[in-house]
Amino acid sequence: MFFQLFWTYFKIGTFTLGGGYAMLPLIQREVVDLKRWIDEEEFLNMIALAQAAPGLIAVNSAIFIGWRVGGWRGVCGAVLGAVLPSFLIILAIAMVFQEWKELPAVEAVFKGVRPAVVALIAAPLVKMAKSAKISWLTAIIPIAAALLIWLGHVNPVWVILATIIITLIVCFISNSSYRSSK
Amino acid sequence: MLYLQLFISFFKIGLFGFGGGLAILSLMQMEVEQYGWMSQQEFVDIVAVSQVTPGPIGINCATYVGYTTAGICGSVLATFAIILPSLIIMLSICKVYFWLNRRFQNNPYFVQTLRMLRFTVIGLIASAALMLIKPQTFIDPVSWIIFAAVCLFTVLPQLYKNKVTDIVSHPILLIIAAGIAGYLIYGF
Repeated sequence: MFFQLFWTYFKIGTFTLGGGYAMLPLIQREVVDLKRWIDEEEFLNMIALAQAAPGLIAVNSAIFIGWRVGGWRGVCGAVLGAVLPSFLIILAIAMVFQEWKELPAVEAVFKGVRPAVVALIAAPLVKMAKSAKISWLTAIIPIAAALLIWLGHVNPVWVILATIIITLIVCFISNSSYRSSK
Repeated sequence: MLYLQLFISFFKIGLFGFGGGLAILSLMQMEVEQYGWMSQQEFVDIVAVSQVTPGPIGINCATYVGYTTAGICGSVLATFAIILPSLIIMLSICKVYFWLNRRFQNNPYFVQTLRMLRFTVIGLIASAALMLIKPQTFIDPVSWIIFAAVCLFTVLPQLYKNKVTDIVSHPILLIIAAGIAGYLIYGF
């Protein structure tokens, strides 16, 4: 089981570009359609949990499926498989890049790439806001978070903790007032 | 000491990194800047490299920062540190999940917190982009033209959905195109 999970995740990790979200359809094909380790409904539950938990979505999904299919050994196999390809590739690039980055041609390429990277981070925000069903009122939350971090230099950790704590408090108050009105 | 700092920083990033790779960038930027592990330029470069190489962006960045600050040991340590919180939390969730038989998915506290975190994460990603708009990354008006063009191509499929717009909006293709443009504009 260790090797099967390792190999499945290693293949997915090697051939998906563009981060964790891009891995999900491939994981679904391998794990649900081909290997039939879990069913469709459980896969959807897994995605919800992998997104809810902190950390990388690809790693979280590897942990869930590894645990479900093969216990501790499964977790080790799946996580190693998911991490190892990008680790090795980036290590190789880092070693070479240290020497190349002084070259004028490489520097010229990156002068063009840098603003593109900022655009690739910023542009999907519209789509994300839409799929989160944001309203004029709830738009205050991301705007306040962005301003606090950008201009206030507040560590994002505090913004996340504040979100969790405030939501739990508001939820608790509205719950108890709901109960007392009943 | 450096190893300990690396471990703590990336453990923190893994622990508070809700919302996946892009949302993690603002956390990582804060940590990297605080300790002076790499310049803003280098940070953007590694994000670019992460986008065109396979695998999760968080792992790619952790490996790269670890290697440049403390060699191969550093890269192993940083990568391990970023997945350790996931291991602890996700394994506990797995156990609770099978034990509670999925009941917690109707829990209002859980559902509401997730909903609010989604909004915060949008702000986190926006702040990552805003923090990168600096004279080092946007060196001249051409940079803004590249920025505007990539934004336009990325949102194109939402305006006109067809095969052509699907292809030209692909991040890897856009990064390669921007790299070629950079070479032609600044390389001579």
